Amino acid sequence: MRLSTDQLIFWQHGFLELNATIVYTWGLMLLLAFGAKWITGRLAPGIVVARWQCVLEILVLGIRTQIEEVGLKRPETYLGFVGTLFLFIATANLFTIVPGYEPPTGSLSTTTALALCVFIAVPFYCVKERGWGGYLKSYVEPSPIMLPFNLMGEFSRTLALAVRLFGNMMSGTMILGILLLIAPLIFPTVMGALGLLTGMVQAYIFSILALVYIAAAIGPERQKTESVSSQPKQ
Amino acid sequence: MDDTTIIAAASIISAGLTMGIGAVGPGMGQGRAVAGALAALAQQPDASSTITRTLFVGLAMIESMAIYCFVISMILIFANPFWNHVIAQTAGK
Repeated sequence: MRLSTDQLIFWQHGFLELNATIVYTWGLMLLLAFGAKWITGRLAPGIVVARWQCVLEILVLGIRTQIEEVGLKRPETYLGFVGTLFLFIATANLFTIVPGYEPPTGSLSTTTALALCVFIAVPFYCVKERGWGGYLKSYVEPSPIMLPFNLMGEFSRTLALAVRLFGNMMSGTMILGILLLIAPLIFPTVMGALGLLTGMVQAYIFSILALVYIAAAIGPERQKTESVSSQPKQ
Repeated sequence: MDDTTIIAAASIISAGLTMGIGAVGPGMGQGRAVAGALAALAQQPDASSTITRTLFVGLAMIESMAIYCFVISMILIFANPFWNHVIAQTAGK
């Protein structure tokens, strides 16, 4: 039994190997990129809009609302990063209804890469919002005694993000495999449906946690208000 | 018993124990969290979106404990480093 999609190798030449994780990840990336390109190429204003434009509007507005509810002002700044995380993980998990597909999020390398993105994005946005001084100061808050714990928390939550998504997706595939051995008639379908729900919840959790980490690093009261009003009035 | 038997038996037993004991704590924690969230929802249905979001984030946090246990038991069964080490040693002899 395979523990992750890394061990399913499609093509190998020397030290170059093309495993299922890479193939499915690139397939999803192509699908998402060309899908977005195709939909946004034919955006139309007005009352009656195309079906796929509706889907995109629902998604973008929903993600914007979530970002605002976490307490981050100016959601456009974070929409690109968090939205991409959510859409990639959600499509990767939802495509399990296609036979023969295995979610690339069920491999520890994919989830580690995603968690490292969050690991880098949190200081990035914090420095952007508060400057280097404010960012470094956030490690000695509320008191310098907390410095090692803050540093440790930074690493342990990255590990937790990666292992949480990996464990959830891997367990879904694993349970399906075991059920196919012992009760192959109805139960795999039921567990597959449950896996779809888990996949969506995990995509939501991953992006919400990334948001919460960014919001916690920036702090609620120190945010610049609207970018227009912060400029001195002439 | 030779080395491989001991390692196999210890791995299987501890994988089961890991999952069994490791599921108790998160199970109780999730039960309490859901009970608290239901009470809060019954008192303040207007705040349902905030409560639900916080509940899901909290549940994921609690659940990750059980997920760690699951990953460790899977490693013990399917990708055991000690097992691989012993197999490599006996093959080398």
